[in-house]
Amino acid sequence: MANFNLKINGKSHSVDVEDDTPLLWVLRDHLGLVGTKFSCGIAQCGACTVHINGNATFSCMTPVSSVGNSEVVTIEGLSERGDHPVQKAWEEVDVAQCGYCQSGQIMTAAALLKNNPNPSMEEIDNAMNRNICRCGTYHKIREAVALAAKTN
Amino acid sequence: MATLTKASRRDFLKIAGTSVGGLVIGFSWYSCDSPKMEVLSTDEILSQAKSFNSYLSISPTGDVVIYSPNPELGQNIKTSFPMVVAEELDADWEKVRVLQANLDTEKYDRQLTGGSGAMPHSWERLRKAGATAKFVLVAAAAKAWNVDASEITVEKGIISHKGSGKTGHFGEFVVEAATMTAPEEVTLKDKKDFKIIGTAVKNVDAKEMYTGKPMYGLDFYREGMLHAMIQRAPFGMKIKSVDDSAARGVSGVKDVVTFGTSVAVVGESTWPLMKAKKLLRIDYEPDGAVESTADHDRIFAELMANGKGEVKRKDGDFDAAIKNAAQVVTAEYQCPFVAHSPMEPENFFAHVQGDKVELIGPTQTPDRARQATAQLLGIPPENITVEITRLGGGFGRRLRADFVEEAVEVSRAMNAPVKVTWSREDELTGGAYRPAVRYRFEAGLDASGNMIAYKLRGVGMNAGNCTRENNFPSGAVENVLIESIEHKSSITTNAWRAPITNFLAYAEQSFLDEVALAAGKDPVQFRLDLLQQAKTSPVGGELGYDVDRMIGVVKAAAEKSNWGKDPNVKQGFSVYYSHRSYVAQVADIVMEGGSPVLKKVTAVTDCGMVVNPTGANHQVRGGIVDGMGHAMYGNLTFENGVPKQKNFDSYRLIRMKEVPEIDTHFLDTGFDPTGLGEPALPPTGGAIANAIFSATGRRLRSQPFIEQKEFSDIKLEIRRA
Repeated sequence: MANFNLKINGKSHSVDVEDDTPLLWVLRDHLGLVGTKFSCGIAQCGACTVHINGNATFSCMTPVSSVGNSEVVTIEGLSERGDHPVQKAWEEVDVAQCGYCQSGQIMTAAALLKNNPNPSMEEIDNAMNRNICRCGTYHKIREAVALAAKTN
Repeated sequence: MATLTKASRRDFLKIAGTSVGGLVIGFSWYSCDSPKMEVLSTDEILSQAKSFNSYLSISPTGDVVIYSPNPELGQNIKTSFPMVVAEELDADWEKVRVLQANLDTEKYDRQLTGGSGAMPHSWERLRKAGATAKFVLVAAAAKAWNVDASEITVEKGIISHKGSGKTGHFGEFVVEAATMTAPEEVTLKDKKDFKIIGTAVKNVDAKEMYTGKPMYGLDFYREGMLHAMIQRAPFGMKIKSVDDSAARGVSGVKDVVTFGTSVAVVGESTWPLMKAKKLLRIDYEPDGAVESTADHDRIFAELMANGKGEVKRKDGDFDAAIKNAAQVVTAEYQCPFVAHSPMEPENFFAHVQGDKVELIGPTQTPDRARQATAQLLGIPPENITVEITRLGGGFGRRLRADFVEEAVEVSRAMNAPVKVTWSREDELTGGAYRPAVRYRFEAGLDASGNMIAYKLRGVGMNAGNCTRENNFPSGAVENVLIESIEHKSSITTNAWRAPITNFLAYAEQSFLDEVALAAGKDPVQFRLDLLQQAKTSPVGGELGYDVDRMIGVVKAAAEKSNWGKDPNVKQGFSVYYSHRSYVAQVADIVMEGGSPVLKKVTAVTDCGMVVNPTGANHQVRGGIVDGMGHAMYGNLTFENGVPKQKNFDSYRLIRMKEVPEIDTHFLDTGFDPTGLGEPALPPTGGAIANAIFSATGRRLRSQPFIEQKEFSDIKLEIRRA
């Protein structure tokens, strides 16, 4: 066990866990931030996507010991009132079916738009291809990303 | 106007308590940026609210709380059910809050999600719940104003009497109205007067989902709760011995518990358990048939050749007719086992305390969770409460109660509240799959190319009846023989979105394409000719489908897809009736660089009245994407009772870039709404396979498509145009 000081959603958090504990489980089990989802555990589906220094990152394969002083942002910290342009676009387009993958989808989309505010549809498809939606809301996801880009 | 007399009494019991489940967080419809409006919490509203029936409570503030009893797994029932109640109530949707009801068999009928059956089952009772409440509210207003109730109008939660100029909101009359007896019969609205039904009302859980609030079973946490992860035995095996010393040595592991063929590692957080589970050393020994995929292929061949089929339907004399046929077409189709793969892996919370149990989690069948627990512990079902969380997908997997029983077992053993979590590897290897099935079709054509004989013989692995004997083309062919053969496998199976038809429709619609081409007929016209036969002189007994409604979607899909009009686009047609709805689909393929590329699917659906166009579109597109993805990639193979594909790196799911344009249309046929969670999936595989044949001359008779030898030399892909 070791102590880690993490910067998450603009606040400092201290946790006492094993070095190899994935950031995902630190967030979910130790900090109660359960908006970041567990699904595959091997960086294949994107449900666990968070931002680390602004980059969309699979938290299920990110050991807590590798996070250091990096700024971590989770779905809970993407905006204070749930009004990030991507979140608003998701509401406007009414994207979700079961909704389980959507926080990861939103985090991937938000990172894309931060680095590329006016993506082409092809760039949207490429960026979002790392996130699986088992319900098949892909049409709505790309529509919402395009809308968020327009209203950003 | 419609009147109703029948309704189950249980749907009209008044809610006694106002208990709100721990996970249910009242969501305000008022936007965050309208601070001028005073917003009450759902608990505050409920503390004053009067209950009108099992679905509906209204507070003196005029806020309306609607309970949605059925588990929500993405089919949008938590939004569409309350829309129906609010419609007949003439509520202001902005003042409606929706709560997930816990399991309550006194108050609700059929509190489950499966078979696309919720809306057809509940349509009338939901309407009556709203209409009877409106009736007594109007009666209370009439009494207060001393006017005739028939002169009163209601709009958006406001009750008005034109003659006296009096108006008031629902809340002003709830105290009096709640003391009145709801009428046995009530007048329902004419459908043309609907204001909420038929509109794109947004998902009631949207805000919580998009801000990461705890809503799913896996998000549930309670102080003092233990976590458990479980190693399950390979299929057909039992435990010989367990060495858990290494697992127990992992920091954070509290105990290791063995029950049945399972070994649970228990601790205070999830990650140590994932590590510890890998350190379990378990020896297994056979306890029945230990099967591999090669065994299944052999069993299919043996049973198809020699198995005694159970005759499911027999019209005319197939054997005689096939002997006299001018042309005979025969083909076999096969599908593998596939997993359900909901994005939220299986999980459940249980707290066993003496002879009482608290269950919380994602289940499609809360009552089965309760009954299974009652049986396991030998306690009365009434001692068990079930709180339903939002489900991160189901696809049939959560119809079972195996994960509930596991949580109960571990909670009992540990004498503590326990949440069992499955990993993705557990989900893919832990069973209850779509059954593997093989079909053999034979069709006889007369000299003019008319199908005079049709035979379907199916062999399923734990599939039950693997045919749908009263579906098309039964009724349209003079001589029909349909047989089903069951192999009892040690591989566990379960309903998987559109059970049986999820593959049967593909096989049948592909085979009918083969027959149409052999007859020298256009595949759409071939189907229309058969349907005309079923309409004018139906053959045999019961038919499961409405011929006119099927003709309707066939014609509309041909029209909307420009069937046969563009020589550069190769098309495939498919139509299927399942779960009371009709869906016809056309897949468009173009050849690019020598490879067939799927560009578009056009779908025409007749599900009666569409309650929520957004939800309906979601279900049709989602069903097509699901059908497409599994037809292309889905495959679980076995080696000595263990699946070889263990996670999404080897078990491929469809992704963003592989999804073509999907053009959806709905026919308004005037029928009451039927379910839509499943019916769009079955036709998809056939439409795609038929388009691939049209483009390449290569017939895909097995799934997954990308692994078939027909495409070993050229690339087969689906992607956006």
